[in-house]
Amino acid sequence: MTQTQDPPLAWTRRRRELNWLERMLDWKPLLVVACMLPAVGLLMVFLTYPLGLGIWLAFTDTQIGRKGVWVGLENFEYMLEDPIFWNAVFYSVFYTGVATIGKFGLGLWLALLLNNHLPFKSLLRAIILLPWIVPTVLTAIAFWWIYNPQFSIISYVLIELGWRDTNVDFINTAWSARWSLIAANVWRGIPFVAISLLAGLQTISPSLYEAAMLDGSTPWQRFRYITFPMLLPILAIVMTFSIIFTFTDFQLVYAITRGGPVNSTHLLATLAFQRGIPGGQLGEGAAIAVSMIPFLVFATLFSYFALARRKWQQGEGDD
Amino acid sequence: MTDARAAATTADDHGMAPPPDKPQATAPEALSWDSRSRRVVTIYVPLACFLFILLFPFYWMSVTAFKPNAELYDYKTYNPFWIGSPTLDHIHLLLFKTDYPRWLWTTMIVAFCSTVLSLVASTLAAYAIQRLRFKGSQYVGLAIYLAYLVPPSILFIPLATMVFQLGLFDSPLALILTYPTFLIPFCTWLLIGYFKSIPYELEECALIDGATRVQILWRITLPLAVPGLISAGIFSFTLSWNEFIYALAFIQSTEKKTVPVAILTELVTGDVYQWGALMAGSLLGSIPVALFYSFFVDYYVSSLTGAVKE
Repeated sequence: MTQTQDPPLAWTRRRRELNWLERMLDWKPLLVVACMLPAVGLLMVFLTYPLGLGIWLAFTDTQIGRKGVWVGLENFEYMLEDPIFWNAVFYSVFYTGVATIGKFGLGLWLALLLNNHLPFKSLLRAIILLPWIVPTVLTAIAFWWIYNPQFSIISYVLIELGWRDTNVDFINTAWSARWSLIAANVWRGIPFVAISLLAGLQTISPSLYEAAMLDGSTPWQRFRYITFPMLLPILAIVMTFSIIFTFTDFQLVYAITRGGPVNSTHLLATLAFQRGIPGGQLGEGAAIAVSMIPFLVFATLFSYFALARRKWQQGEGDD
Repeated sequence: MTDARAAATTADDHGMAPPPDKPQATAPEALSWDSRSRRVVTIYVPLACFLFILLFPFYWMSVTAFKPNAELYDYKTYNPFWIGSPTLDHIHLLLFKTDYPRWLWTTMIVAFCSTVLSLVASTLAAYAIQRLRFKGSQYVGLAIYLAYLVPPSILFIPLATMVFQLGLFDSPLALILTYPTFLIPFCTWLLIGYFKSIPYELEECALIDGATRVQILWRITLPLAVPGLISAGIFSFTLSWNEFIYALAFIQSTEKKTVPVAILTELVTGDVYQWGALMAGSLLGSIPVALFYSFFVDYYVSSLTGAVKE
């Protein structure tokens, strides 16, 4: 009889008492604060505060090693009369515009190609992502060597083929340098665009294409009225990112031309760096960097709302 | 044992036999009436051109890194596309005459520490935003997302003055603390998406069984989120390995530079560029990232596309 009494006792093991720390952390408000603190703290100290500090620095004449005083709009007035600054504004806009068109045109084409049934598909995707993975500066150095005035491999091939008599001038005159940099940027940007758009393409249901084919559509019509509208939401996000990071690009230009020849390929970021860090004029550099913010806000709003509104219209049309 | 395996493989073969017909029946191109030669022209030829252009700079980088100087600057007598007598001179110069091993080591330490720091911070933040659902959590999520849109080229000048005042100038710690500014927003964003895919019922069961929130995070959510954590880690590691502008602005002494900065500022000296050594340095600097990424490429691609789909 007593033996049957014992086993139930063995089953009801008492729950271990929580210590004070565990009980505190189970209190939701405290847990939320504890979880958010590292991320929010780091971002506040090293992102939000510097953003404000940068705007404040733009209105001072701070130099390296010397605290600045408030000078009002002096930096901006000087900038507006500076042809090098206006040249940088022009090239930043031109570089962003042309490179974005190139990247998205070629990237969309590559994504459409990859969307077919191909052998070794995952290997192919991995290889295609390579230019995007490898550090930008290191590939920029490879391009610098490819663009070498004397030993360019492209010049060699063109001369061997008999298409040219002299070496191609890639980075020694203003316009050729500008186009060469854009080509390198497009080369580096294609993989990201292609792989993200491929993800978008794969979510489009094949039954839409079947229905369109039964209705006797041409391939162009299928692209224009099915693929493109279905791709717009992803296109909007990827394009916003691409525009922002192309406009504020630094590495490629700094590595290949350093803004030369004769300041013709300066982007706003490289000009800000040149004035701010080696030049020591932190206030002026900050003013140039701050002048990027309106362009960025405008580009973001434009690409986001232009594409988002069309998506909304398309969506309503479909319903 | 072998019989069983053979049986399994034959079963697999039988299982595999029907599909080759099936996908073709539903594949889009089977619906159109294009011939094989047209397919070659419209798909394989452009694809081959893309691959050639995307990969050529890497081929050219590797060829240059192993070419002796005599061949490097003489296209008349040697075919530039091939190496006549491969040499390790450039790599030897790089490894033993420069601080290259140290640069590599610094880069790895900085990338590793900032990755760990931002992974911890963003896992906690993503968990709080996605699972604890406090008041205004979606606005905090949006703010963190917007933080990703603030580019480093706007922040480096004020950060340089801050780094100077904190006494961190010319120290790897400056990089370890500033890299999370672009890593945390990205990782948090990625992990919020990942946590969303884990069924909430699992956590509810654990709550009913009397687990604390911390236990749930540690014992249930985190083990399930390992693939997401791995891809966030890869992203962070490659992004910090690639970072250039902060490392250029905050580090001055030769031996503390990271690989991308050091190659550009230390190997390019005077008027004569050591192209062989430059290319060897670029190649060696690319290999760790490429290797690291090739092990996890599936995670990488799926999280990249998953993050974009969000």
